[in-house]
Amino acid sequence: MKDLTKRKRLRHSLIIIFSAIILLLPFIITNNYYLSVLVIIGIHTIVVVGLCLLMGYAGQISLGHAAFYGLGAYTSGILTSTYNVSPWIAMLAGAVGTGAVAYIIGKPIFRLKEHYLALATLGLGLIVHVILMEEVELTGGPSGLTKSIPYLSIGKLVLNSDFKYYFLVWIVALLAIILANNVVHSRIGRALRSIHGSEFAAQSLGVDTGKHKLQVFALSAMYASIAGSLYAHYITFISPNPFGLMTSIQFVVMAVVGGLSSIWGPILGVSVITVLTEALKEVIPKIIPQAGGEYEIVVFGFILVMIMIFLPEGLTAGVVNLYERWRYRKERTDETSGN
Amino acid sequence: MVVRFMRKHALLVFALILALVVAGCGGSKENTEKEASTETKEPYKIGVVLDISGPGSSLGIPERDTINMIIEKVNESGGIDGHLIELTMLDNKSNETEAALAVKNLIEKDVLAIVGCSTSGTTLAMIDAVQQSEVPLVSAAASIRIVDPVNERKWVFKTAQSDSLVAERVVTYLKSKGLTKIAFASMNNAFGDSGRAEFEKAAAAGGITILGTEKFEVNDTIMTSQITNIKKLNPDAVIAWAIPPSASSFTTSYRALGLTQPLIHSHGIGNKTFIDLAGKDADGVVFPVGKLLAAEGLPDDDPQKQVLVQYATDFEARFGPRNTFGGHAWDAINIVLDALEKAGPDRAKIRDEIEKTQNFVGISGIFNMSAEDHNGLGLDSMIMVEIKDGQWVPVID
Amino acid sequence: MSLASELLQYLLSGLTMGGIYALVALGFVIIHNVTGIINFAQGEFVMLGAMFMVTLVKAGLPAPVALLLSILLVMIIVAVIEVGAIRSAKRASPVSLVILTIGLSTAIKGIALLVWGTHPYRLEPFTKGGPINIGGATIVPQSLWIIGTTVVVLAVTFFVFEYTYWGKALRACVVNKFAARLMGINPRKMSLIAFVFSAALSALAGIVIAPITYVTYDMGLMLGLKGFVAAVLGGLSSTPGAVFGGLALGVIESMGAGLISSGYKDGISFVLLLLVLFLKPGGIFGISGSKRV
Repeated sequence: MKDLTKRKRLRHSLIIIFSAIILLLPFIITNNYYLSVLVIIGIHTIVVVGLCLLMGYAGQISLGHAAFYGLGAYTSGILTSTYNVSPWIAMLAGAVGTGAVAYIIGKPIFRLKEHYLALATLGLGLIVHVILMEEVELTGGPSGLTKSIPYLSIGKLVLNSDFKYYFLVWIVALLAIILANNVVHSRIGRALRSIHGSEFAAQSLGVDTGKHKLQVFALSAMYASIAGSLYAHYITFISPNPFGLMTSIQFVVMAVVGGLSSIWGPILGVSVITVLTEALKEVIPKIIPQAGGEYEIVVFGFILVMIMIFLPEGLTAGVVNLYERWRYRKERTDETSGN
Repeated sequence: MVVRFMRKHALLVFALILALVVAGCGGSKENTEKEASTETKEPYKIGVVLDISGPGSSLGIPERDTINMIIEKVNESGGIDGHLIELTMLDNKSNETEAALAVKNLIEKDVLAIVGCSTSGTTLAMIDAVQQSEVPLVSAAASIRIVDPVNERKWVFKTAQSDSLVAERVVTYLKSKGLTKIAFASMNNAFGDSGRAEFEKAAAAGGITILGTEKFEVNDTIMTSQITNIKKLNPDAVIAWAIPPSASSFTTSYRALGLTQPLIHSHGIGNKTFIDLAGKDADGVVFPVGKLLAAEGLPDDDPQKQVLVQYATDFEARFGPRNTFGGHAWDAINIVLDALEKAGPDRAKIRDEIEKTQNFVGISGIFNMSAEDHNGLGLDSMIMVEIKDGQWVPVID
Repeated sequence: MSLASELLQYLLSGLTMGGIYALVALGFVIIHNVTGIINFAQGEFVMLGAMFMVTLVKAGLPAPVALLLSILLVMIIVAVIEVGAIRSAKRASPVSLVILTIGLSTAIKGIALLVWGTHPYRLEPFTKGGPINIGGATIVPQSLWIIGTTVVVLAVTFFVFEYTYWGKALRACVVNKFAARLMGINPRKMSLIAFVFSAALSALAGIVIAPITYVTYDMGLMLGLKGFVAAVLGGLSSTPGAVFGGLALGVIESMGAGLISSGYKDGISFVLLLLVLFLKPGGIFGISGSKRV
């Protein structure tokens, strides 16, 4: 029991320390490009935290999360640029709407198992993408929204720089992480983990697995929607491109590379993938002059393979393993020196 | 034995293969960059963002090669006023998010001007950043929205002919041939969609009736269903707005189903690939394009002829068949270099000089930019070309 | 054009497309059946087969030699991949293995881009001759090659799995890996065989479809996706199911594009797909109740 509160305290202090670092970072980093990379990491983190809740705790894969991301972005984009709705109301509308869509569609989808579920989410993503492409009157079709999307503002403060936007994105991301953390350690969270263990056993113990899965699915869709809204107001231009299958797959890759079993997985996964992509752009041309993106994607692919070979549980599990091994060794040396 | 070694040291073998691949492919290119020892003045920095990998790569790669070729030449001849050009080229992977990051990266590297991207979507994703940071951007992409409305695009220019211009050119041709009822098929992406929208406008203005529109996906290879529908409409001519390979697939299916109406394509088939893929089915296809493809066949008094032939010869000597996309990059980088030479290392002055570009003889046409027109190309920049026996032949209309 | 011949036209082009999907789907099913892995690099195997074929034919080899050599090359490459990457990751969970194959697919695509560039290549049709007219509808001879290959490959696969020792051993691994090992079947060897066999099929698919689809370094993405959909539609564990899934998907797409809307074509097929899944959550050929543990 005592151990449990200790762990809880450790968890809380970790979150506090991390938040402090995150919020201090922009004062140290003055390079706008680095800040914009961090903003994108923040936006993707919000999506992947939701996805990890779904995959790690409810054990359900989704190959269609870019659809929810897109629904949020397009709701914000269309409402603010065409109908002059307040961006915050549009963002809320996007989140509620996307959550509702996920809840309604999730009902039949979650009757499916394993690969069929993966295929259904993939199909859902494709259908949303087709709609974004075809409803030209509303979405502007494949060329994207015709009017530019306004910046977000808080009162009189217009969030038009990377520095200002950084704080908005990361405050939202931190709230998302904290909320997810609470869900994981709540009664629902325990129920969810039991689903992951054995759905049948959970059901026979009276856990309403279907309802909980649906709730988490809707929650993760809302996360993605909010991230999409933040993306739309940041880039100020959207087209269906970033909301297709490749993005859905990228989110899953980030989630798995980070590790599904810890709330730190998403941040680590998103950061590693994004920083790796950007770093390869710097490094590769130094080794092979005049080489373009071809080499980058080859190296990226190989690194992904290596990570999955050596750290199949994801990076967080890898780090935790190292730490445990180090602590075990230290305890043993302590013991021997104590004797 | 070998198998056992491989099994035991699988990872090692794997890493070795990776190393070999990277080294093997890289080795051939290593000595292309020359060390300039006479460097005394601070180099001028120019940034480039192109769609080098991903779906836009058939545009991005010739553009990359063209730009590298030009910068090499400029640096070999001592740079601009003794300043060498330092090029930073980034691949956006045909991805809008990466384009937005790439442009910020370049701005932080203090580049004087930026060239890119290859496609409209990736370019549009960079506009907010260049407008805010006040860096001149010259795009090689087509959409009119890149430079329109011009009061919100103070820092943005483009060198490819706008879709509206191409559509107008096609309508002029149709009218001259008396083809008034047409069917329209486009590839389902930004290129095809923008072409469709602009063509509808131009057709309405020019009295052309569109009997029906069909779409096909970028990766589609069998367009029988779409063409069967077109056949039922019995149009005077069929317009197809796409790039290869799907443009070639469309043409092959068109011929296989036995349609005899004239088939008119867009400038999207402005490369040898289209003919290579469609083979003899390509014969008889008419399409609008910049003069580059038929450069050698132009009259000698054509002001562009010399520039076109020179570029085509240089490019083909090193990289294979010419194409108009490389030409757009040629225009973009040379307009930037011209402005840089006149203005010196100052972003605002470079922008002003680009806007003042007059009678610039480029690959895509003769550019006359102004505060109202950040593209600067006229209808005369496009000619209609027919494919005969696998060759491009100018048509008079 | 009468409605009947129009429908026949959609059906014929649908079957051609469907044959392509079916061949890729078979590759998915074989690997999944034996190893439980969903191989996202399957489309890349197809691309490699087609690319080698184009290159070898261009180098002057006679077509049949080039065909065999291309398939052999892809088999060797996939064998190296299986031993080098898949086998090393034996501790990985199914979802990690999926990510691993995504990494492989990215790397293979990048290498193909380096070697062959973005240029699409053309392969001459196997037999010369113009389109054939069937009841008012037209079909190109290569379509018959595709449909024929699908039928032959299905028959061969079925025979191998049902009647040969290796086929039975492969199936034994599916049912119970542990028991199979007790019977002296080496699951590692089976995994290698499954990958190589599947690679051969996919390479063959790439070669047969090349004259119609052209060959580009990124053709694998779409083929892999549609092949995956077809495989799951057919139950993911049944070879006739995969073929049926592929053909059904092709015909639905063709009919949807012709009769409803060419822009919504992919949307239509996925809406139908979801409906099928909701009504029959085990897939059309899925064996309900059986679950891999």
